[in-house]
Amino acid sequence: MMNKEILTQPEQSKRNFLKIILSGGIVALVGSILYPIFAFLKPPKQGEVEVSSVKVGKLKDIEKNSGTIVKFGTKPVLLVRTESGDLRAFSATCTHLDCTVQYRKDFGMIWCACHNGKYDLNGRNVSGPPPRPLNEYKVVVQGDNIFVSKNV
Amino acid sequence: MKSAWNKFYSWLDERVQLQNLIQFMGKKYVPVHSHSIWYYFGGVSLFLFIIQVMTGILLLLYYKSGEEFAFESIQYIMSKVNFGWLIRSIHSWTANLFILTAMIHMFSVFFEKAYRKPREMTWITGMLMFFLALGFGFSGYLLPWNELAFFATKVGTDIAGVIPFIGKPLMIFLRGSEEVNGATLSRFFGFHVAVLPGIFTVLLGIHLVLVQRQGMSEPLGLGANSKSGLKTMPFFPNFLLRDLLFWLVVLNLLAILAVFFPWELGKKADPFASAPAGIKPEWYFLFMFQTLKYIPAKLLVIDGEVFGVLLFSFAGLLWMLVPFWDKKSNRGEQNRFINYIGLFAVLYIIFFTILGWLL
Repeated sequence: MMNKEILTQPEQSKRNFLKIILSGGIVALVGSILYPIFAFLKPPKQGEVEVSSVKVGKLKDIEKNSGTIVKFGTKPVLLVRTESGDLRAFSATCTHLDCTVQYRKDFGMIWCACHNGKYDLNGRNVSGPPPRPLNEYKVVVQGDNIFVSKNV
Repeated sequence: MKSAWNKFYSWLDERVQLQNLIQFMGKKYVPVHSHSIWYYFGGVSLFLFIIQVMTGILLLLYYKSGEEFAFESIQYIMSKVNFGWLIRSIHSWTANLFILTAMIHMFSVFFEKAYRKPREMTWITGMLMFFLALGFGFSGYLLPWNELAFFATKVGTDIAGVIPFIGKPLMIFLRGSEEVNGATLSRFFGFHVAVLPGIFTVLLGIHLVLVQRQGMSEPLGLGANSKSGLKTMPFFPNFLLRDLLFWLVVLNLLAILAVFFPWELGKKADPFASAPAGIKPEWYFLFMFQTLKYIPAKLLVIDGEVFGVLLFSFAGLLWMLVPFWDKKSNRGEQNRFINYIGLFAVLYIIFFTILGWLL
């Protein structure tokens, strides 16, 4: 086992030097193994196509007092046609816990089924747990085609 | 810190009697003699297996099984994921080194007759793990769903199909269908990441407990002559530190291989393309592949392929059962016959592997 005899000065410094080299080497080894592993664990950024405007359908297909989910890039957007015929679009992702909201004909509101969150037709959170309003998107009708675009 | 550790230790000891366990682990000695070097290959195989488990789990985070996704997900791992190229390359290289070190381990045990009584079960579990390792290699090879893998799997499962009686159902079981397709890929993925690792881990546990329980085998005739037996060194820490040093060397070798010779992905499998020229199985299947080429199409009444498959199966079985028919070694006598068989096997494998490589 370790001999505990008293070491001379140069012996002591030699031992210290070896200790530093060895522990430094071990730290470097462990680091060079762990760094790639942790870097690997982090998913790369998806090369998301930047969507600014999407054609979502034809006006004649969308009834008054109804709502549909449309694809906006990878995100769901809720397109609502009010009873008066106005078109509005909001992010369909509930601001509470990421569920996808829907339009409820029966009480004319946007509703989240997960925790009973409610938004009015301006996207404002009016009841239930949602902390913030839904993001609004711009709706443009050209001829019969409906376009949804980011509200800049 | 120290006292917290002591507290925790005595808490545990009170409940599960760690003392016995530590004594069991601590009283192993490794014989020191001119053939001691072979003791390292079991340990290094274990190390490589651990690397496979860890890199395999990492790859699972991004790999997607399925005809439409498998190839693309590996492309993604290799081009987009941080260090994905490294992890995948290490996994592929380690697979090959693992089979190599396991082979060296197996042959050294064979030549030293370390399988003899009382270590028959250690040998059998080792052999079963070796066959599983080949299964790991074969199933893992398909997962990137590239051209080479696709045809290798077609051929490999087709060969399983020639076995009399059970061949056809076995082939369908392996393929999950009549053909090699997405169903095969799903199955192989399941085998590779769940079925095989599960069985392997159980066998490995038994293997290691046996080694610990029985200690290292001493070569025949080396220790038996002297009364005091061979010189020994404690397993912990003396031998373990030597083990770790060897592992470090192998880790460096792996890093060099993975970085400077990255594993290729090849072309995506296309079931409607013809097999590329010069297609070959992995090196550890090459000697069998090459042998099959030399067996004539018809041998008396049976097909050449059937004959080849049965021959290799029979040879493998005899090899695995060697502790039960090598009576001489069991009695502690020298058995030269075993050396000749081993030598023949080594030379045969080397010769036909090189031949398969060149032709």
